[in-house]
Amino acid sequence: MGCTRLAQEVRQDFPVLQRKVNNHPLVYFDNAATTQKPRQVIEALRHYYETYNANVHRGVHTLAAQATEAYEEAHKAVARFVNAPSWREIVFTRNATESLNLVAYAWGLRRLRPGDRVLTTLMEHHSNLVPWQQITRRVGAHLDFADITEDGRLDLDDLFGKLTEQTRVVTLTLASNVLGTVNPVKEIARKAHEVGAIVVVDAAQAAPHMPIDVQDLGVDFLAVSGHKMMGPTGIGFLWGREELLEDMDPFLYGGEMIHEVWPDRATWNELPWKFEAGTPNIAGGIGLQAAVAYLDRIGMDRVEACERELTAYALEKLLAFPGLTLYGPKDTRDRLGVLSFTLEGIHPHDIASILDLHGVAVRSGSHCAQPLMRRLGIEGTARISLYLYNTPEEVDRAVEALQKVREIFR
Amino acid sequence: MADFDIYVEHILDHYKNPRNRGTLENPDLTARDGNPLCGDEIRMDFKVKDGRIVDVKFSGHGCTISQASASILTEMIKGKPLDYVKQLKKDDLLEALGIPIGPTRLKCALLSLKVAKAAVYGLDKVRDEDLE
Repeated sequence: MGCTRLAQEVRQDFPVLQRKVNNHPLVYFDNAATTQKPRQVIEALRHYYETYNANVHRGVHTLAAQATEAYEEAHKAVARFVNAPSWREIVFTRNATESLNLVAYAWGLRRLRPGDRVLTTLMEHHSNLVPWQQITRRVGAHLDFADITEDGRLDLDDLFGKLTEQTRVVTLTLASNVLGTVNPVKEIARKAHEVGAIVVVDAAQAAPHMPIDVQDLGVDFLAVSGHKMMGPTGIGFLWGREELLEDMDPFLYGGEMIHEVWPDRATWNELPWKFEAGTPNIAGGIGLQAAVAYLDRIGMDRVEACERELTAYALEKLLAFPGLTLYGPKDTRDRLGVLSFTLEGIHPHDIASILDLHGVAVRSGSHCAQPLMRRLGIEGTARISLYLYNTPEEVDRAVEALQKVREIFR
Repeated sequence: MADFDIYVEHILDHYKNPRNRGTLENPDLTARDGNPLCGDEIRMDFKVKDGRIVDVKFSGHGCTISQASASILTEMIKGKPLDYVKQLKKDDLLEALGIPIGPTRLKCALLSLKVAKAAVYGLDKVRDEDLE
C-alpha cells in the first residue's frame, strides 16, 4: 500500500481529524507538540474505566487483579517497543520531562562531584537542559554545550572535542523538536563510554517517528512522552539499564515504591516500582499500550519511510516558497518531518494565526528551545510537524495558506 | 476572509506605519518588558510635564498584535495625565484595538499596557492581574 493510501486509511481512526476549524477541514500540523489519538486509544481508556478500574498491586479482588495485570502488560509492551532486554527497565512517568528529571536527580545529584562535567548540545529542549543546569550548579559540576553546524546538524567535531575524562554524563536529544535533525547517538554513545560517561537520550521527538532499539543504540537512559506518539497525556516512560537503576536511590518516596517500612527507615520495592511512587497513571499506561499496539500494527519502519516521503514533499514546497527561511537540514537524510521556518518580515505568531484562520494548526514561538533560538539569532519560528495521518494535499493546503499570509503583509 | 479576522486594515496600518515609534533621549519615565516565549519585546519612553504625558515613544519588536497595540496605546495616552494610564484597564485597550482577541493572543495585545503602567508606577514589571 502506498503511503498516501495508508495515511487516508489511518485518518479514519482519528475522530478529531474529521472536524472543521474556522470553517475549513482541520489540517493538524502540530504533531511535535502533541499528536492526535486514534479511537483504539480512546477506547482502551474507556474500557478500563468502565469495566476494571481499580488500584494496582494492592487488592486481592478481581478488578484489582485485572488492573494490575493490564498495567504490567503495558510495561511489557513498551519494553518490546524499544527492544529493552527486560520490562523491569521500563519506568512509567508523567512524560519525558519527568523521566529526564528522574535521571538528573536520582543519578546526577548523587553521583556527580565538584569539577565533573556534563556534556549536552545547543539543540536541546528545555526539558533536557534546565534539570542539568540545576543539578550541575548544586554539585559544582560544569555544563558543556556542543554547537550546531550551519545546516542545523550537531557539530560532532565540537562535541567530541568537549568530551573529556572529566565528562560523566553525555545527555542529548535523539531528534530535535525544532530542526528535525536526527543525531548519531550510537556513535556518540560509543565514544562517551570510552571516557566512562553515561549516555542519556531524550527520545520524546524521535520515538513516535522512527524505530528505537535501546540495545543497538548502546545508551544508558532513554526518555519518552506518550502523548507525542498517539498515547494519552500524563504518561511517559524512562528506560534505563537495569544495573544502573538497581544501583540508584529512588526519585520520589511514598506508597507503591517501598518494600518494608519502619518508623525510622524503609527498603525499596523491586524495579520498576521503586521509581513509581504513589498510585500511578494506570489508565494512561493502558492507553499508552494501545498506542504502541497501533504503531506496531503499522510497523515503525513503515511509519518512518512514509513520513520521510511526506517530509521530502513538504521540504520541496517550503524551500521553493519565496522569502521563506528553513532551519534544519534541507534534505531528508537523518531528518524527521519537523519543519521550522520564518517568512521574511513576518512574525511567527502572525503566520500561525493566519494559518489557523484557514484551518491549519502549526506551532509558533521558541518551541521550548530558547538557547537554540539565540544560537540561530532569531526570536522564534513557525513550525510544521508531520505525522502518519498527514497527506500531500494537506501540505498543499498549508502552502496555499502561507500565500495568504504573504498577501496580507505585502 | 472570515469576520473573526484580526488582520483588519486599521491593525495592519498601525503595524506597518506605527505611530510614536522610536526612543526619547533622557526620558522622565521608561520601562521595558517582553514575552520570552514568543520573543515579543516593548520599551516605552515618556516625557512628563506637570503630571501630563507630553511625549511618548515605543520601540521593540514582535507580532502584529503586540506592535499595533503599542502604536494605538501611545495615541491614546499622549497628552493625557499620568493618572489616565494608571486607570486604564485591559478592556479599554482591547476596545480600542477593535478586534476579537482570543486567549492565545491576549499576552501579545496587553504587553504594551503592562509596559506603560510599569513606567508610570516606576515598577520593573506589572502582573497580568493588575490590568483587570
